[in-house]
Amino acid sequence: MITLNINKKTYDVDVDPETPLLWVLRDNLNLVGAKYGCGLAQCGACVVHLNGEAVRSCVTKVSRAVGQKVVTIEGLSEKGDHPLQKAWIELDVVQCGYCQAGQIMSAAVLLRENKNPTDADIDDAMAGNICRCGTYLRIRHAIKLAAENQRKGK
Amino acid sequence: MANPKTSMQRRSFLKATAIVGGGLMINFSWLPSFGQINNNKTGLPEDWIEINGFIKITPDNVIKILNPNPDFGQNVMTSLPMIVAEELDADWKNVVVEMAPHNTKLGPQFTGGSNSVRMYWKPLREAGATARYMLMQAAAQNWNVPVEEITTKASILYHKKSGKSATYGSVATKAATLPVPKNVKLKDVNDFKIVGHSQENVEGLKIVTGASLFGMDYKQEGMQIAMIEHPPAFGKKLKSFDASETLKMPGITNVFSLKLYEDGFEQGGFDTRSFNDLLVVVGKTTWEVMNARKKLNAIWENAGDTKDTISGRSGKTEVVVPGTLESTSKQLEKMQEYASKPAQLLRKDGDPETAFKNAAQIIERTYTAPFLAHNCMEPMNFFAHVTDEKALLVGPLQAPGWIQPTLAKILNLPADKIEIQMTRMGGGFGRRAYGHYLTEAALISKKINAPVKLVYTREDDMTYGIYRPMYTATYRAALDANKNLIAFHVKGGGIPEHPVHANRFPAGAVENYLAEGWQISSNITIGAFRAPRSNFNAAAEQSFLDELAEAMGKDPIDFRLELLKKAKETPVGKNNDYNAERYAAVLQLVKEKSGWGKPENKKYSRGVAAYFCHNSYAAHVVDMVMKDGQPYVERVFSAIDCGIVINPDAATNMVQGAVVDGIGNAFYGGLTHIDGAVQQTNFHQYRMIRMNESPKKIDVSFVDNDIDPTGLGEPPFPPVFGAVANALYKLEGKRNYKQPFGVQLLTPRAF
Repeated sequence: MITLNINKKTYDVDVDPETPLLWVLRDNLNLVGAKYGCGLAQCGACVVHLNGEAVRSCVTKVSRAVGQKVVTIEGLSEKGDHPLQKAWIELDVVQCGYCQAGQIMSAAVLLRENKNPTDADIDDAMAGNICRCGTYLRIRHAIKLAAENQRKGK
Repeated sequence: MANPKTSMQRRSFLKATAIVGGGLMINFSWLPSFGQINNNKTGLPEDWIEINGFIKITPDNVIKILNPNPDFGQNVMTSLPMIVAEELDADWKNVVVEMAPHNTKLGPQFTGGSNSVRMYWKPLREAGATARYMLMQAAAQNWNVPVEEITTKASILYHKKSGKSATYGSVATKAATLPVPKNVKLKDVNDFKIVGHSQENVEGLKIVTGASLFGMDYKQEGMQIAMIEHPPAFGKKLKSFDASETLKMPGITNVFSLKLYEDGFEQGGFDTRSFNDLLVVVGKTTWEVMNARKKLNAIWENAGDTKDTISGRSGKTEVVVPGTLESTSKQLEKMQEYASKPAQLLRKDGDPETAFKNAAQIIERTYTAPFLAHNCMEPMNFFAHVTDEKALLVGPLQAPGWIQPTLAKILNLPADKIEIQMTRMGGGFGRRAYGHYLTEAALISKKINAPVKLVYTREDDMTYGIYRPMYTATYRAALDANKNLIAFHVKGGGIPEHPVHANRFPAGAVENYLAEGWQISSNITIGAFRAPRSNFNAAAEQSFLDELAEAMGKDPIDFRLELLKKAKETPVGKNNDYNAERYAAVLQLVKEKSGWGKPENKKYSRGVAAYFCHNSYAAHVVDMVMKDGQPYVERVFSAIDCGIVINPDAATNMVQGAVVDGIGNAFYGGLTHIDGAVQQTNFHQYRMIRMNESPKKIDVSFVDNDIDPTGLGEPPFPPVFGAVANALYKLEGKRNYKQPFGVQLLTPRAF
């Protein structure tokens, strides 16, 4: 039995410790916000936070999360009102939406570390997240809007 | 608006019923012309298709609109209900949108062909307007006043003289008892309050909070996970397998081989599948199945030539699928060989042979483009629960109406016992029009007698695809001594189909014109990919026109406008399938918006292209620079004519996305084979455009007109390729004739 702390809740789950965190979240715990896109840490659809750092849950063994704090898109904010989530909605970023949870989770780490990210900062932080629909421009704008709102204390 | 009344050309009828517990429900059925997407391979009936949907109004004044077509990012979950809400004069804030399940009366519920808004525009307006009029009649009767004196606003009915008002919900039950009126007047376009005004995506909050929406997220009690081990190469099939090691792995419940179509099975137009003999692993969880697959011991053998039976409108035909283990290098050689052979004549105007013979100068260029994988972010998957009596299927799919008859045949169940529910799709791009993965899921469920979700890994999805074909085209132009264009010749071919749209521009603009096509059959499975054929033609033809303009010493936009003027004023030949005036208008608009020729833009290497497809017109100006030693598209200006725009900000988003998609595929898109095996298996090898490679700015302008909507998902995509090619020429000083223009990945990137 493995004990996990996810979104401030404790879960006991009976899985092989080698199982990627992604599949424990999705198959065992019904937390389906993190998505499967490549299984190879190439697309970023599965990004979650492990002790505040963005990790690719498709290649992160669940054993690595034991005793750590995991945050998924479901736990990023209580009411879906994280500055990034609000900016995403305000700028109508999404098309199909499949990659967006991963995009937001990557952006959330950037925004915490960098209150005023430049285009180059965003390029660096977001280069690991693929959006097949091509919403990159809006993602970039939404990160900047969220940063601005955060600075204004909105 | 040309026709402000409900149209009687369409056999349309509406039915009102009371909801149990109070309220009004409007059912509508109609049989619209479906001609536009009815080209060769779609497999659609020729004339009429019945469609149906509904509006529900409950006493608490909440209005529920069922969206008929599945959403794969084109935002129909928002835009189609907006059309209903507009004519209904509904309070958009109190409109709830739900995805409709597949209903045999609903027609194909087809998402694709840039068709959803075009197809539903009038019927949804009629449905909304009729419901509104019935609510007005109910209020008029309650208040004993003439219906003409009733006005509506945001789901409330008003009678100004008496100062009375009532919510839609309060009269909905009464309205349901009234006969359905005919020929209800539709709104004037200028009075629109919802359509033409940007509305947020109705699923936005769910998406940014990670709610369960997609097929991959779908779950049922007792559901198992299945994966398919397919042959390692096109041209191979399963010989034998030993599953003993796999079955020892934790969570694994079943391993078996499966034949998708029995010999002689009559495939419809969208029953394409890559492999027929499949090896299936079933288990409790996704990871367990993924892992256990690695222990399979399967022996594959050459399939040799096989036969497919295709059932089309012209009857049953047998098609031989060659067993060759194909390699890209050999395919290119073969394409060269075929390009020099006689080909099928597609169109001829004037006397092109003589014109070429008398030419002062002939310019000839050959363009090639590779197979492309759709690479939807959500890999193919579907849930199925099949019993002896019925089947339930749930998942992401573009065209439930096309797969249902196939399922009925294969499962030997009546069509009305097959329920298909559609989830949100993590992308589609044409890939999910091919429902073989539903059939696979259904057969697996039937075999194990349990609910199951079939999941493709990324590797499965990429190596087991229904790809964009490999294309080539040779363009020739004849110039006279004064550098006038006197003849134009396109000869296009491909594996396994040619791309040529013979009646498209510049057909109609050149006195002597010749279009020819040829094709090479193949076992590599192909299908629709965002703007089929156009996505190659626009790259090749628009590059060629750029080169021609240069050879003639003309500005590339002015040259196109000259040709379009000719096509409008003195068109050559028959059946030109574009409107030269609308075509020219997007070029003029992009010229103006981009500041074409202005000195302040000199620092950019600029390329322009325009194209018409799927009833709409698009033009782009691409501004390229060098960044970190690589060509980089920094800005794009886009001008689009798709008629009335329903949801402007979402439409802008879609055009921006198409531009990014086009840049990405022009630079990096490509799927290659060695001995039948796909060489790119995941995103470490198949390069996708990323944030740092996407433009800083994509400025989108729509032509402002009152033309009924003509579609937007595909038209902005094809000309991006041409504009990128032309800008790249300006940047590098040499022309690129072979896609992709950039380099593929050699090693995985670390993130």
